[in-house]
Amino acid sequence: MTTTNLPIGRADRKGSRAQSRALLLLLPAYALLIGVFAFPVLESVWRSFTDPELGLANYEWVFSNENNLTVIGRTFGNALLAMVICLLLAYPYAYLMTIVGKRARMVLVVIALIPFWTSLMIRTFAWIVLLQDSGVINSLLQLIGLEPLQLIRTNTGVLIGLSQVLMPFMVLPLYAVMSGIDHRLVTAARSLGARPSVAFFKVFLPLSLPGVAAGGLLVFIQALGFYVTPALLGSPSDSMLAQAIYAQVSGLLQWGRGGALGVILLVCTLLVLGLIGLVSKFASRRGLGIKVF
Amino acid sequence: MLKTHPSTKIVLWAIAAIVSVWLVAPTLIVIPLSFTDKASLVFPPTGWSLRWYESFFMNPQWTTALGNSLLIGLLVAILATVLGLLAAMGLRNLVNKKLAGALTFGLLAPMVVPGIVLAIGVYSVFLQAGLLGTLLGFVFAHTVLALPFTVVAITAGFANFDERLELAAQSLGATPIVTFFKVTLPNIVPGMVSGALFAFVTSFDEVMVSLFIKSPYLETLPVLMYASVTRDTDPTLAAAATVILILTTAIVIGALVFTGRKKRG
Repeated sequence: MTTTNLPIGRADRKGSRAQSRALLLLLPAYALLIGVFAFPVLESVWRSFTDPELGLANYEWVFSNENNLTVIGRTFGNALLAMVICLLLAYPYAYLMTIVGKRARMVLVVIALIPFWTSLMIRTFAWIVLLQDSGVINSLLQLIGLEPLQLIRTNTGVLIGLSQVLMPFMVLPLYAVMSGIDHRLVTAARSLGARPSVAFFKVFLPLSLPGVAAGGLLVFIQALGFYVTPALLGSPSDSMLAQAIYAQVSGLLQWGRGGALGVILLVCTLLVLGLIGLVSKFASRRGLGIKVF
Repeated sequence: MLKTHPSTKIVLWAIAAIVSVWLVAPTLIVIPLSFTDKASLVFPPTGWSLRWYESFFMNPQWTTALGNSLLIGLLVAILATVLGLLAAMGLRNLVNKKLAGALTFGLLAPMVVPGIVLAIGVYSVFLQAGLLGTLLGFVFAHTVLALPFTVVAITAGFANFDERLELAAQSLGATPIVTFFKVTLPNIVPGMVSGALFAFVTSFDEVMVSLFIKSPYLETLPVLMYASVTRDTDPTLAAAATVILILTTAIVIGALVFTGRKKRG
């Protein structure tokens, strides 16, 4: 996180009066944050223990219901797979960004950023069109004489959409770390007789690992909580946690059960975030400037 | 710069090309699709027509949703920028670094809490407060999601700002308020603009929370698109998508031009 870069405190000139004036400036933002963020989130946590009655019944329901366990397993599996797909595609992409000229790098950055400013609904809709049974991908397959595939309303479809949507979150941290690596280290290894592949795997790859970790964890936590893409590209039997929560609260009005599933999602997300924090702390101690957000 | 073997470079470019197509093409096919003359979403289209744009702009449901999205986005951009500016100034003046760190973390928290968890919470609170399907409800909920972006953008603006300029102004007799409006504000305007644009786009794009807090009387464009996708696949959707695409691209290019000019100036 960028917290460490924030300009905090101008010399303790005016002491506590300045301090309370500063807190006053933060008040409006925090009023909104407490009313429309902290309180609502805490209320769902509270409901998970109290709705319909006080106790752990909702959590018992989560862990005793086989369907829930499948959904949780699928959510983690999909998040992991999306992370791996993004990593495999983003690593060479980000690496290329560090070795090309300024102009080519600009183009690659813009392409990686395009998904950020095209609406999620547009991209999901586009995937629906592409993946449908009579869609472009199946037409292409038939053109080269292959059997059409069932892509939409399958978990494969969900994974294709999910990893495309999350790709920028992998490219950017990878590039941030890779561009900070001194390429002379690889050159030095080569001049000492290491083959290019050895120099890459023994020198460059280990130095880029903080980026791999940061990007991977970012993609992972985002994938855990995704709703729109899996809901529209998958079938109800491929549902992920966010859809299960939506179904409980919006469809069945089971606030407690939805809340319990939400708490599990929240706790997992926070655990992964804690991991990101550890990774960036470790990386910055080794002198690698890494910005996760 | 590292010398890479030509064959390695070719492989890397090939992968990058595939990734680029994979990232960009899905969005771009929406444009030709919106001009199809058929009532189905078959790509590539066999004939051309503007009927889906007509159906978008003639249908009050779509135009109202577009209007709602624009209005909410505008209000969110204003509110999030004002709150973000005040908060960034507060953080800047805090003497206690630990406290400032904790308060910054709090402001960024909406970025990391899963949308669905926030959505069910906001739904529950709005239900009790009578804010479901209201303009105020949408603006509040979207502002919470946009606030981290404005805080980050404006804080970054302050980080690049030489505060000796303020001391100089004050030593020349300017009051704090005059200093703020004549010296501080003009210097952080680029950060505020990019924060405001981010806030607008965040609101304009938001689906998850909006799905919960909408009502039949007030829904946004992404919500209507979501409902429409699940109901039928009518090319009006492609026209809607293209309209959004043009709008957001114009905003991004505007922002680039604006910040680029500022930097050069």
